[in-house]
Amino acid sequence: MLAEPPRPHHEWLDDAAGPVVRPYTLTGGRVRSAADGFDLVAFILAGPQANAADPQLAPEHRRLVELTHRPVPVAELAAELDLAVGVVRVLLGDLLARGLIAVHEPLTASSIPDDDILKAVVSGLRAL
Amino acid sequence: MDSVRFDRTGAGTRVPLALKILIAGGFGAGKTTLVSALSEVRPLQTEEILTGAGADTDDISGVEGKSTTTVAMDFGRITINEDLQLYLFGTPGQDRFWFLWDELAFGALGAVVLADTRRLSDCFPSIDYFEQRGIPFVVGVNCFDGARQYDLATVRRALDLDPEVPVLLCDARDRQSGKLVLIGLVEHVARQRGEPVPVA
Repeated sequence: MLAEPPRPHHEWLDDAAGPVVRPYTLTGGRVRSAADGFDLVAFILAGPQANAADPQLAPEHRRLVELTHRPVPVAELAAELDLAVGVVRVLLGDLLARGLIAVHEPLTASSIPDDDILKAVVSGLRAL
Repeated sequence: MDSVRFDRTGAGTRVPLALKILIAGGFGAGKTTLVSALSEVRPLQTEEILTGAGADTDDISGVEGKSTTTVAMDFGRITINEDLQLYLFGTPGQDRFWFLWDELAFGALGAVVLADTRRLSDCFPSIDYFEQRGIPFVVGVNCFDGARQYDLATVRRALDLDPEVPVLLCDARDRQSGKLVLIGLVEHVARQRGEPVPVA
């Protein structure tokens, strides 16, 4: 008789079981960021004093610092870390409170200062 | 003025400006397909968690028994130039996620409502949403293979649209076609602002 095929290590888990770590465990149970804001397209940029190797930072914080040495929007950070946006906002709030990142909130559509931007978008799209 | 905004840090690093465009429509209308066709990167996914914890609480202790649900949102990126990027967000399809729309819609430049002529009524909720909030939108009639071709005037009548709302035929799988819908949207936004973009 053939031996049984090897089973996955966690045979009681499947895709429907969801993540093994509950989403807000990484934030110590906090579901709201210390700071408001962090629009999906707000750009985050690590400050000069931010150090991705800082042992005082949790691994997810360090990863965020590492990723934001160039400006990256919140939605892309969440996709990159494969974490929910709400979780990433809490983590970013921690970094902001420590003065390690700068947040550049987007303009709202109604406050776009001039129509040169719209013209640039249209000509940019036409050129694609 | 020389182009758009940059150097918002004042420290030499140029931070681009990102504009949000929503891609809405009923389930299966082609939202994800359109985002994929237009995005310069493989479309990314971001998730929002729905918890039992309300806005009044700061933590979820005590509600461990509440189940959490995640809602996936597809998004894609188009770089216009080094200072300007478009982000396209596909809206979650189900009505119970309306509150997520408010976040997505905040500050959005405008929206594309994809319509499937076989199930035209599926896009009514999206149209109502944008009309009520005064968010400019265009309707893209996704031309599915085998779907009966309607003329645009019929679709416009069936959707009871204001005369200034553009209705465009498109193929959500085709980048050029999707691009024309986005151009139609941005031109519509410019007209709404009273400063139409001149036709190149």
